Amino acid sequence: MSARTSVEKQAEPIEGSRFFGRLWRGRVVVVTALCVVVVLALSVLGILAGSSSLSFSDVVVTLLGGGTSGQELIVFDLRLPRVVGGVAVGAALGLAGALTQTFARNPLATPDILGVTSGAALGAVAAIVLAGGSYSVAAGLLSLGLPAVAAIGALLTAAVVYGLAWRGGVDSYRLILIGIGATAALGGITSYLIARAQITEAAAAAQWLVGSLSGISWASVWPVLVVLLVVTPIAVLQSSSLDISQLGDDLSTGLGVAVQRHRVVVIMCAVLLTAAAVSASGPIEFVAFVAPQIARRMARTGRPPLLASALMGAVIVVGGDALVRGVLPGEVPVGIITAIIGAPYLIWLLTRRKERESYA
Amino acid sequence: MRRATVLSSRRAAVLVSLTLGLLVIAFASLMLGSNHLSPATVISGLLDPSQDVGNVVQGSRIPRTALGLLVGVCLGIAGAVMQGQTRNPLADPGIFGVSAGASLAVVISIYVFDTSSVITTLWLALAGATVASVVVFAVAALGNGLSSPVPLAIAGTAVSALLVALTSYLVLSDETTLAAYRIWVVGSLSGRTLTGIGAALVFAAAGLIFATANIRSLNNLALGTELAHGLGENLLRARIVGLAAITLLTAAGVALVGPIGFVGLTAPHIARSLVGGNHYWLLPTSGVIGAGVLLACDVIGRLIGGTAEVPVGVVLTVVGGIVFIVIVRRGRMATL
Repeated sequence: MSARTSVEKQAEPIEGSRFFGRLWRGRVVVVTALCVVVVLALSVLGILAGSSSLSFSDVVVTLLGGGTSGQELIVFDLRLPRVVGGVAVGAALGLAGALTQTFARNPLATPDILGVTSGAALGAVAAIVLAGGSYSVAAGLLSLGLPAVAAIGALLTAAVVYGLAWRGGVDSYRLILIGIGATAALGGITSYLIARAQITEAAAAAQWLVGSLSGISWASVWPVLVVLLVVTPIAVLQSSSLDISQLGDDLSTGLGVAVQRHRVVVIMCAVLLTAAAVSASGPIEFVAFVAPQIARRMARTGRPPLLASALMGAVIVVGGDALVRGVLPGEVPVGIITAIIGAPYLIWLLTRRKERESYA
Repeated sequence: MRRATVLSSRRAAVLVSLTLGLLVIAFASLMLGSNHLSPATVISGLLDPSQDVGNVVQGSRIPRTALGLLVGVCLGIAGAVMQGQTRNPLADPGIFGVSAGASLAVVISIYVFDTSSVITTLWLALAGATVASVVVFAVAALGNGLSSPVPLAIAGTAVSALLVALTSYLVLSDETTLAAYRIWVVGSLSGRTLTGIGAALVFAAAGLIFATANIRSLNNLALGTELAHGLGENLLRARIVGLAAITLLTAAGVALVGPIGFVGLTAPHIARSLVGGNHYWLLPTSGVIGAGVLLACDVIGRLIGGTAEVPVGVVLTVVGGIVFIVIVRRGRMATL
């Protein structure tokens, strides 16, 4: 009897998601709506907070087009890109994390751990450091712009890690371990580049490596928004396949999912999102890991809900950035805050994990 | 009985030939570099320090080679003890947060005390390495246990990420700290001096004593914790002795030349394929191979870089990364 109940419990979400995806189930809708409200509130707070004080009415007037040129500069060119950038980067990371965690059926499989972030970091540091010298490759790299080089690094690393983890199929543990190896190796090369650079370039590279929204401008926000707008619908369309793939490869094939194609689509989505986010803001660590897990716990679903994870990522990044600007002294990069919060959470999760391959 | 004798004489032969090979590499390390020397000049330089050649040999090549030998032995044995203790084929002090802990401690020493003296660095590196390794082991032991590769590797990654975040915060707020840290963090044998090598030798010797004392326990642990317990092994004591060995040996190495990853990963695997899993043979062989790998990579780094040589840490990152991936892909990871 009890065995039967548990089978029914597992089967129920698939039943509900056959046509509309998990997205529309009651609790998920509430959590998603709640996240939207919090993101909006934090964004308003983000526009209000800062070194030169603008009142709420000033901001509203300026947003509607009635501010002075000074107010317009502050709101449109300094604070708005930072807030919109934070929302976009956080959403991209949260969604990427939800996708990789679901596809690998493992909460530890995030873009950080799979090496995508360290590939982007190596690309960006190479662009910063080698651009100062007379290296012809570097000149070519720089003409592409730092975000583009970071994105190339991320895509190449993802391809290499995935290729190396392939042995007649991809096992999620092998993928994670290869990712860790790649992260260690790429990290070594990154520190070498920093060590031989000029000190100012080394400082710029170190600054970039912690992940911060302080230098973000519209030029780097647009690509993330475009990628988000393109990738999110594709990811949501994969929703029901993601649900079914939780049952394992054999069963999914039996239920009519083209497993390998579905998997490649999901990975491509996740990598594009990560590459876009990291190239805009630098690696803001642990967002991709933490956001889907919090969203999943709040929504009480079997796998991370996609949209709620994205919004939770936005909450974390914008909230963290508001925290560093408004509360903490000095300019602490938001990436340090997310690492200090995220790493202990991961450690706590590890100490509770007894079952292989199951969500915490 | 007779088979055992044959086996151990074969292992002894392997160990002797490896040692001879190490001597050859060490001599090559004296010869090769930005200024190549012939064997005869090296020997005359060794005998007579007053010449110009003697200056090169005694002033830069000998310290560098000696450091490489010492650190390589330390890291090779530390890796073998770590893999034996955890029965985890991916165990390496560099991957498991020990180096990140040492790095944070060193950055604190530069930031707070404004010092980069080897002795202070050594103590702080020891403290940082100890804290980090205890935390990583505790996290993994509380979760799935030490022998499963993934929890230990993730615990190492998580603890490293936290420590690196704190390190970056300090480094970003002070450019002098950044200047010192970025040089230190790339493991390199060049530009390091022999000052403080005495203190490091004490650490290394203590670590070697602990490692030797741990050999019997390591052989018992290889049978599984239950069986080891049944054989009368005091597990807690075995763990503490092993952890002391790992931490002391790693700290000595890291304090002298900066964090160097993958030696501790690579050397025991090569050693195991040559002399098998008995730790009486495995530990010394890993030490010899660790020294050989480190020195060989250092020589390669001197030769491929042109005028600016590539630090040994970077060469090892590439070589070790490949070894790591080969081990993972071989796929029999649960059993060691």
